Amino acid sequence: MKLVDAGGEPTKNESMPGVAIEIENLTKDYPTGFLNLKTRRSLDALTMQVEAGEVFGFLGPNGAGKSTTIKLLMSLIFPTAGTARILGKPISDIGMHQDIGYLPEQPYFYDYLTASELLDYFARFHDLKEADRRERVAKMLKKVGLETAGKIQLRKYSKGMLQRVGLAQAILHEPQVVILDEPMSGLDPLGRREVRDIILELKNEGKTVMFSTHILSDAEMLCDRVGVIVGGKLRGTGAPGEIVGIAAQGMEILFELRGDAGAAAALVNKATRTGNRYRMHVEEQELYAVIEQLRSAGAKILSVTQVKATLEEYFLHLVEADRAQAAAVEVYGK
Amino acid sequence: MNNWKSIAGLLIFLPLGYAGIWKLQHSIDAQRAALHQEQDDLSLRSAKMVKAISLEYAPLMADVYWTRVVQYYGDKTARRERNVELLWPLLDITTTLDPQLIVAYRFGATFLSEPPPRGAGRPDQGVALLERGIQANPDEWQFFGDLGFIYYFETKDYAKASAAFLEGSKKPGAMIWMKIMAARIAAEGESLATSIFLWNEVYTTTTDPTIKKNAEKHLRLLKVEQDCKLIDAVADEYEKRFGRRATRMSELIQSGLLRGEPVDSLGYSYVLGEDGKAELNLDSPLLEEQLLSQPKKKSPEVH
Amino acid sequence: MKRAAVVALNTFREAVRDRVLYNLVFFALLMIAAAILVGQISIGIEETVIVTLGLSAVSVIGLLIAIFIGVGLVSKEMDKRTLYALLAKPVRRWEFIVGKFGGLVLTLAINTAAMAAGVFVALYYVRHSLQRSDLTILIAVYFIVLKLALVVALALLFSSFTTPLLAILYTAGLYIAGQFVEEMRTFQSLTGSHALASFTKWLSYLLPNFENFNVMAIAAHGRSVPASLILQNTLYAVLYCGIVLSATAVIFSRRNLK
Repeated sequence: MKLVDAGGEPTKNESMPGVAIEIENLTKDYPTGFLNLKTRRSLDALTMQVEAGEVFGFLGPNGAGKSTTIKLLMSLIFPTAGTARILGKPISDIGMHQDIGYLPEQPYFYDYLTASELLDYFARFHDLKEADRRERVAKMLKKVGLETAGKIQLRKYSKGMLQRVGLAQAILHEPQVVILDEPMSGLDPLGRREVRDIILELKNEGKTVMFSTHILSDAEMLCDRVGVIVGGKLRGTGAPGEIVGIAAQGMEILFELRGDAGAAAALVNKATRTGNRYRMHVEEQELYAVIEQLRSAGAKILSVTQVKATLEEYFLHLVEADRAQAAAVEVYGK
Repeated sequence: MNNWKSIAGLLIFLPLGYAGIWKLQHSIDAQRAALHQEQDDLSLRSAKMVKAISLEYAPLMADVYWTRVVQYYGDKTARRERNVELLWPLLDITTTLDPQLIVAYRFGATFLSEPPPRGAGRPDQGVALLERGIQANPDEWQFFGDLGFIYYFETKDYAKASAAFLEGSKKPGAMIWMKIMAARIAAEGESLATSIFLWNEVYTTTTDPTIKKNAEKHLRLLKVEQDCKLIDAVADEYEKRFGRRATRMSELIQSGLLRGEPVDSLGYSYVLGEDGKAELNLDSPLLEEQLLSQPKKKSPEVH
Repeated sequence: MKRAAVVALNTFREAVRDRVLYNLVFFALLMIAAAILVGQISIGIEETVIVTLGLSAVSVIGLLIAIFIGVGLVSKEMDKRTLYALLAKPVRRWEFIVGKFGGLVLTLAINTAAMAAGVFVALYYVRHSLQRSDLTILIAVYFIVLKLALVVALALLFSSFTTPLLAILYTAGLYIAGQFVEEMRTFQSLTGSHALASFTKWLSYLLPNFENFNVMAIAAHGRSVPASLILQNTLYAVLYCGIVLSATAVIFSRRNLK
C-alpha cells in the first residue's frame, strides 16, 4: 500500500520536468467576523503536484477548499502564502493562460451573446486569426454537441447547455492543461457521460486534466490519480485504488443464531441484529477466529463477503474525523 | 369567457371614471381660482439657492423662470391688478440663473420702472437690473439705451440719461441715434420729440409682444399730446385773431384755421376743454389710459 | 492594448443589445420635440429653450447611462461570475478595466451624437436655417461627452471596491460636488479659519471640476467658445480619466473575486 502523504516532499527551485501543475504551501485566509478582524483559513499549506499528461481528480466535500485552490491557480483570488506554477511558469504570469483552459463552477456567460459569438469573443484573446477562429468555433460546438444551438442567445440555454459551452470555451484554444471546476455538476447522466468522454479524449491527446468533484464514482472511473482535500487540508494523493487502501477493509459475516449465544455473547453483541439474523464486520486477520467462535456458539454462517471500502467511505471517515476534532476543540477550548 | 367580462367591465368603468375626474377637476379649479392669491407664491426667493440646486441646468431653469415672469405679468395685467411685487424676485432669479438672457433684463427694465398699473413703479430696481446686465454683457449697447430710457422717463435725471446714451453709443453695433439722443437730452432735457422718438425705437425694434404693446400705448398718448399741442397753437392763433378763446372745436374749424375735424388715433374727435385747451373726447378709450398714467403733470412744459 | 480593444468592442456590443439604452435615447428625443412646443409658449426664447432643454436632456440621459451602466460594468460581471471565464484568458486586469471604459465611452459618444442630431433638427425646424453660431452647440455636446467619460471612470473606480449601490451614490455625489468647485474656492474668503480655507482650496483642485464643461448658456445664446478652452478641457478630461483609471486598475488587480 503506497500512500503519498501531504507534505514531506523537499522544495524544488525549478519545476520538475513532467510536472504540469506544482503547488507549494498554498494558503488562503479569508477575513471574517465583525469588521473582518478575524480570519478563516480556507486552504492550509497545500502542497501537491499534477503530472503532465495525467487526469487528476481533486476530491473533497463542499467547502473543502477545492474551488479555492482552483481559483488561486487561475489568479482569480490571491494566496495569503505559498506559490504555484503551471507549466513551469508562476501563476502570476497571466501570459501563461494561453496554454490553460478553465471551466468555472456553475458557469454563466454573457446572456446577450450566442454560443458562437461567445466562443469567438474568447478566441480573440488567444490571438487566433479570423479564419482559424471560425473553424475552431465550429469544431468546438460540434464536439460538445451544440452545433444546432450555436446561433441561439445564451440567455435561452439550459444549465446543461451552459456547462457544455463552458467546456467548449475551455478547450477551444487547445491548451496543454485543462482545469475544470465541478464539470459534471448539474448534468444528467447522458451529459456526464459526454463530459467523461471529452476528458478521456483530452487525455488521449496528451493533455493534462485536473478536475474537482465531489462525485466519487466519476473520479474512480476517470482519474489516474486523485487528491483528497477536507477542511482546507490535503489528506492524501495517489491512485484511486491506493487511497482506498487506507480505509478499513475487512469481511462481513452474515449469520443466524437461535437461542442463547453463550460464550460468544460478547462477540455477538457487536453485530447488527434483525430477528434471528446478524450481520458483523471483522478485520481480515480475525476472520477465522471469529467464525470458529460463532460456530461453537451454534450460529449458522450464511455468508462471508469481502468488504471493499470505497472512496466514499474514506471520505466520510475523514469528514467525521474532522468534525469530531472540531467539536473537541470547541468543547475543550483552543 | 372571463376575459371578455373583465374587458367589458373596464370599457364601462374607464369613461365613467374619467367623467368623474373631469367634473372633479373643474370644481377643484374653481376652488383654486377663488384662492388665486396663494398661487402668487415664490417659494424659493433666494436666487443663489435656486442656482445651487439647478446644478449645471441653470440656463434651462432660467428659461423656466422667464416663462413664469411673462405669465405672471400677463396674468396681473389681465386681472387689472396693480401689485406686481413678485416681478423683481422672479427677474432676480432668472438673471442669476442665466446672466446672458438679454430679453429678461430688457423686460425687467421696462416693467419694473414704469409706474403702476403698467409696472412696479420701481425705477431703482430697473436700474439695478440693467447694471447687472451690463456687467454680465458689457457689449450689449441696448442696455444703455434702456438705462437712458429709465433716467429720462421715470427719474427725470437728464444728466444721467444723456450719459447713458453716450456711453452706449460707443459700444459695437450701437445705432447712431444713441449719440444724437445723448446730445439732445443734454441740451433740452425732456421734450416731446425725444419722447416720441425713443418710444418709437422700442416699438419698431422689440420682438417681445408685451413690450411692443406697451410702447404702442405710450406712442398713442404721446401722439395725443402732440396733437393737443398743435390744436392749442391753433386755438392761440384764434384768440389772437378773434380776441376771445374758442370754446368749441367747430369754431376753430369754421374759422378755417383748422382743416377737417381732428381725431385721435382711435378715431375719436378732440374737444376743447373749459380752459380752451384741447382734450381727449370723453368717449375715447385713450382718456382712461391717459388718466391712469398721470401721476403728476398732465403735459410737458412747452418750450 | 489590443485585448483591451477586444473587451471594449464587446462592451459596446452589449450596450447595443440592451434595450434600455434605446428607451432612454427615445425619451431624450421626445424631450427635444417637447422643447419645440415649450418654445412656442415662452416668448422671446424659442430657440434658447430648444438648446437649453435639448442639452439638458442629453446631459441627464447621458449621466444616467454613465452612472448606472458604468457601475454595472464591473459589478454585473462580478455578480454573475461572467468574469471568471474571461480572466482565465490571457487578459490582464487592467486591460479589462480599460476595455470596459472604452466600450462605454464609445457607446455614450454615439448616443450623445444621435441626441445632438435631434437638437439640430429641432433648431432647424423652428428657425429654418442653421448658423455658424450653432457650432457652439456641437462644442457643448463634445464637452458633455468629456464629462461623461470622467463620470464613467469614477463609476468604474468606485464599483471596483464597493457595492453597486454605494458606488452609484459616491459617483453621483462626486459629480454634484464637482459642480460647486468654484464655490469652494470662494468659501475660503467667508471662513475665518485659515487652515480650513487652505484645506478647502486644496480639495477644490483635487476634486473633478465638472463646471469646466458647462457651456450651456454660451451655446444657448450663440456665443463662441475659445479654442484654447476646448484644448484644455480635453487635456483635463484625458489626464483626470488617466488618474482614475490607473487607480482603478491597481485596485482591481488586487481584488479577490468572490
